[in-house]
Amino acid sequence: MAKIELKSLEHRYESSHKGKSAFAIEDLNIAWEDGTANALLGPSGCGKTTILNIISGLIKPTSGEVLFDGTRVNDLPTRERHIAQVFQFPVVYDTMSVFDNLAFPLRNRGQDESVVRARTGEIMELLDLSKLANTKSGSLNPAEKQIVSLGRGIARTDTMAVLLDEPLTVIDPVLKLDLRRKLRLAQHELKLTMIYVTHDQHEALTFADHVTIMKDGAVMQSDTPEALFLTPRTPFVGYFIGSPGMNRLPCEKTSTGLSVAGSPIAIQESIGLAANKLDGTIELGIRPEFVETSIEEKPSWNRMAIRSVDYAGAYQVLNLESGTVRIKARVEERFPSQEGDFIWAHFPADKTHIYVDGERLDR
Amino acid sequence: MKQRPWLFLLPTLILMSISAFIPLMAVINYSLHTIFAGSTPEFVGLQNYADVMNDSQFRGALFRQLTFSLMALLIEIPLGVGVALCLPRKGGGVGISLVLLGIPLLIPYNVVGIVWRLFTQSDIGVIPRVLSIFGYEYNVSLDATDAFLTILLVDVWHWTPLVALLAYAGLQAIPQTFYQAAEIDGTSTWKTFRYVTLPKLRPVLTLGLLIRFMDSFKVYSEPLLLTGGGPGNATTFMSLFVARKAEAYELGYAGASSIIYLYVVIVMSYILFQFISRSSERKQT
Repeated sequence: MAKIELKSLEHRYESSHKGKSAFAIEDLNIAWEDGTANALLGPSGCGKTTILNIISGLIKPTSGEVLFDGTRVNDLPTRERHIAQVFQFPVVYDTMSVFDNLAFPLRNRGQDESVVRARTGEIMELLDLSKLANTKSGSLNPAEKQIVSLGRGIARTDTMAVLLDEPLTVIDPVLKLDLRRKLRLAQHELKLTMIYVTHDQHEALTFADHVTIMKDGAVMQSDTPEALFLTPRTPFVGYFIGSPGMNRLPCEKTSTGLSVAGSPIAIQESIGLAANKLDGTIELGIRPEFVETSIEEKPSWNRMAIRSVDYAGAYQVLNLESGTVRIKARVEERFPSQEGDFIWAHFPADKTHIYVDGERLDR
Repeated sequence: MKQRPWLFLLPTLILMSISAFIPLMAVINYSLHTIFAGSTPEFVGLQNYADVMNDSQFRGALFRQLTFSLMALLIEIPLGVGVALCLPRKGGGVGISLVLLGIPLLIPYNVVGIVWRLFTQSDIGVIPRVLSIFGYEYNVSLDATDAFLTILLVDVWHWTPLVALLAYAGLQAIPQTFYQAAEIDGTSTWKTFRYVTLPKLRPVLTLGLLIRFMDSFKVYSEPLLLTGGGPGNATTFMSLFVARKAEAYELGYAGASSIIYLYVVIVMSYILFQFISRSSERKQT
């Protein structure tokens, strides 16, 4: 396994319109440490798959460097990069047995049959595939196929990194958990450098120790799941991570601090003071989980109307409104509220973020 | 309204009976009689069938037919796949190559026969001319092997494009990720073909194989126009044999041989289909 680094990476796709080219990736710098579980998270079309294909060498980047353990690999062909890749749709050699599938990359590299048998056995043991060893891969279900395709990648001992491109997309929900557990287990046992691409925040946050969030070919934030949740660096990250996403409220400066959209929304002085000397577009962000609510009136809290209630089993999401300001608040499932009621809401200072021109202000 | 399903089936049943049942019944009826022009048909039971089975000419035609169909399949399927692999997958060349490839399929059978008769005619034909350069004396109307191989060549020329088009469609449907995975696994070109391309082409090739098998059994106008079934009986295939008998007004005999012919086609197609699906099933379990 290796540390994978991308330095000033750029990639353009030639579009069919008279040589015009569109940036898929612009000035990208990421480092994935050796033996860690990483996720690359972003909306569809943000360049995630392009990055994986650049790492594995299926695509040549327009400019920039790809480094494995500090060595430049830009000019190495795919098969010499020793990358394992698991695709969105399971790729197995249908006519081969599970055993032969796992042994295939080893045999292709001319390894001794005894080595092949030992290693394949180990991997089957690890991934719980032993009882399927002689089954033709074509008859497996998609989840099993996906495990086989992972196994094929990690069977080689010289694998530098395992790239997973939305590997759970076509998997039955019931089998997803099991597959994710096996992925995690293999990562942990073999100290694999894994890069897991997904647009599903839940998958990314539960799988990875380190999550990189992308948008339009650029990195928005690269951090632990906890940090992404608690201190999103941009409003986009705040909104993209979390369910529902972070509330974003445009602010104006006042003599005493900040006001939200000119509405009678009270913000604690400690929040407002920090921002009143700044220039630029100011936004306030607070997660629905951290909006404090009360059915009784409280001094300096904001009176808001409940527009609607989304029931979500263990919790409810209140859609609150005051003037032009609309926010979401996540409350416990027993919260006695219904449409049309008025409640009092409050933004605690330590959970509220101020963004100036899209960047989080450190306080 | 218990009869309603039958009501819905009625149009199909009427069409089927006009196109299949009634002619089939008529032929079966013929096959059980001895028929001479002008006189009343005489019921002879299965005598015609016995005669057909004992007729060395019929057995010869059947054997020739099986050899021909088998050789046609053995050449056309691999060649079609090979042609499909050589075709461009994208860009401006795709349209033009597909059109060029499809041209033989658009030419009517009788035109094919006449064009090839011109090609093979011993005095003016291009094929005898070219082969004579290499010292081979080609004569389609005197040499039995030449005649047989010429009919085979025409069939290959005429129908390989169909297999190629089917295979091409099949190739286009294979997701690119399979090839990417093969590259990552360090697979050689041959192994990629053997373990990725070929298994993925299996369904369309099965279809192509069945279509071509049944079609090759019906080969008629090519030998009729090119060789007239000769020299001797060298290119008298099943349909030509049956047609000759009917032309000679041996209707009972022709009927019986038609039924046996039909039976052979059905049985052979069934065996072929079972063989293919069984072998793919075995590979799946």
